[in-house]
Amino acid sequence: MADHGFGRQVGKRRHLLGIAGLDPGQIRAALDLAETYISLNRQGGPRDVMRGRTLMNMFFEASTRTRTSFELAGKRLGADVINMSPSGSSVSKGETLIDTAMTLNAMHVDVLVVRHDQSGAAALLAQKLDASVINAGDGTHEHPTQALLDALTIRRHRGTLEDLTVAICGDVLHSRVARSNIHLLTTMGCTVRICAPPTLLPAGAAQLGVEVHTDMRKALAGADVVMMLRLQKERMSRSFVPSSREYFRFYGLDAAKLALAKPDALVMHPGPMNRGVEIDSSVADDLQHSVIQEQVEMGVAVRMAVLDLLTRDMRRNA
Amino acid sequence: MSRLFVNARLLDPANGLDAPGTLLVEAGRIAALNPAAPPADAERIDCAGACLCPGLVDMRVGLREPGEEHKESLATLAACAAAGGVTTLAALPDTDPPLDEPALVEFVARRAASLGVTVIPYGAATKRCEGRELAELGLLREAGAAAFTDGRRAIAEARTMRLALSYAATFGAFIIQHPEEPSLASGGAVTEGFQATMLGLPGIPAAAEAIMVARDIRLAALTGGHVHFGHVSTAEALALIRDAKAKGIRVTCDTAPPYFDLNETAVGEWRTYARLSPPLRAEADRLAVLAALADGTIDAIASDHQPQDTDAKRLPFAQAEPGGVGLETLLAVTLNAVHAGHLPLLDALALLTHRPARLLGVEAGRLAEGAPADLCLFDLDRAWQIRADDLCGNSRNTPFDGRPVQGKVLGTWKAGRRVFG
Repeated sequence: MADHGFGRQVGKRRHLLGIAGLDPGQIRAALDLAETYISLNRQGGPRDVMRGRTLMNMFFEASTRTRTSFELAGKRLGADVINMSPSGSSVSKGETLIDTAMTLNAMHVDVLVVRHDQSGAAALLAQKLDASVINAGDGTHEHPTQALLDALTIRRHRGTLEDLTVAICGDVLHSRVARSNIHLLTTMGCTVRICAPPTLLPAGAAQLGVEVHTDMRKALAGADVVMMLRLQKERMSRSFVPSSREYFRFYGLDAAKLALAKPDALVMHPGPMNRGVEIDSSVADDLQHSVIQEQVEMGVAVRMAVLDLLTRDMRRNA
Repeated sequence: MSRLFVNARLLDPANGLDAPGTLLVEAGRIAALNPAAPPADAERIDCAGACLCPGLVDMRVGLREPGEEHKESLATLAACAAAGGVTTLAALPDTDPPLDEPALVEFVARRAASLGVTVIPYGAATKRCEGRELAELGLLREAGAAAFTDGRRAIAEARTMRLALSYAATFGAFIIQHPEEPSLASGGAVTEGFQATMLGLPGIPAAAEAIMVARDIRLAALTGGHVHFGHVSTAEALALIRDAKAKGIRVTCDTAPPYFDLNETAVGEWRTYARLSPPLRAEADRLAVLAALADGTIDAIASDHQPQDTDAKRLPFAQAEPGGVGLETLLAVTLNAVHAGHLPLLDALALLTHRPARLLGVEAGRLAEGAPADLCLFDLDRAWQIRADDLCGNSRNTPFDGRPVQGKVLGTWKAGRRVFG
């Protein structure tokens, strides 16, 4: 096998388009490298890794945390970082996506971080661009760096990812975070349970290699990690769930439900949280369990590691 | 001017004919099969042992003129049809404007007549194909509409469908349904299931087809009308149709090559050229379509030719327009099923010729003395690879790009005149 690098080769470059397709070795290597970047990040970072390289953040969907996290990661590695936030209805059209890709190509961007509301948008760009593409969330497909940072957070607390039971609860149907986490955690040997009202479970979920639950008490029983997902308001208007209060009653994480998990269970959330919808404030802010703030810090380290890995070919060839 | 096709393997599924022979064409019509004394001055066309069958009859073709000529004009449509061996085609009315006016129906039929292919327009079942008020079915029928449909849009309201079925029956016409329950299909891009989940694409449950088929069979029974389901793609819907036929309910259906030659895995990683409506299905459904072709449940194979230009396809998957072109590949992909042993050759050709012709009530699809000399000459065994870039027409959005096939159209004649090859 000639393909030893991180991510996936499409055209001239390597890209991180999803977790699906990564093997345990690739994931472990990324997490190990991210581990070293935690302290380097605290010290301001090694600014030579991406010196002279251009990183473009192109977020077609609003984002504060992920975009800032990539921006910081790029700057800590010495890259020139440009943020582009195309907005308005005209740019949400796909023609512009390809057009934009062509424009970027002409600017010789080295790494493109993209978030888009359409599944497959990052893969489409990877086909059209000479840059390395990092998927920062495409529709309901994947959000790979979120899964890596979640895994790093878990590993730092548990020392391993193997033989853990992780419950992923909430709007799994529409969640790219859930998909990426399912792929990563099952690849690394975790027992993964997903839990949602039946209306928010994806078809064929069991084929993902997870336990499928609709009763949150069963999903949480004895769990090492509880990952909550964000429920978007529009899901109510489309009747996936009747109301936020009913949702919170059965699928919101509160202290009583959390008590069913292991006493030292970790509580995670990709943010931004809907307090009182999918998570109770008392749980979200309980530092005995909640590692939600730590996830944010791990995000920068993981993104530094991913940027480092994807640009190794460029450094080697320079 | 007479033409004599010699050294042909004559195939006429309507009569079960499959034998070497000669065929004489005079004044645009078939004058004789194996004439004892052919005219000495006839132009001889040596078929060199290739298959000569009736020109194909394609009962489901998407029209882009009027309204979207940049995707396909009637002229480019005619060229694609000829290249595919198709000499008669029935065209969906969901153009812009839709064919809900008798004058528009006449316009399309007349304009195509000069282009070397018979285009039989379907009339809109409802005004503007919006599914609310019935179109003027009687006047449209007089203008030449073969049947009525809202094209790629399902007639959603049960009441509207009931009225359309009973009213159309008065004029001896049937209603073609796009069998898909719209509220279940809304926003969907692929068949619901594991693959849709992996790709993060909104799914359409296979049941959306069966639900509409079950409802409309019941309405056909209620009204005594004739319902025809276009591009049927699921095992469950086919089982319902098989049962309804056994009960004597007036129901017919067609399918299209993608549904028996490809399955949902052709979507790969967001290949928009494999985005079709209905979406490509699971392998079990594909096999059920093949079985229903073999047992006669399906009445016709139609191309479901739906041109879309590059701009409509080079998009993130869920934003891309559904549909694939199919006229040029109709015969070859169907012959793949023959070579694979799923269908006898004559049965496959019957589904492409006299069976749809009979449904449409047109004089086509037969090698009979006196019949129009619409002919398709093909090499049954020649292997080739479908390549989107090699297709003719303004749009080349084939879901079969790269597919190896066996069987190639060599020549097409319309009313005795060579239009391809």
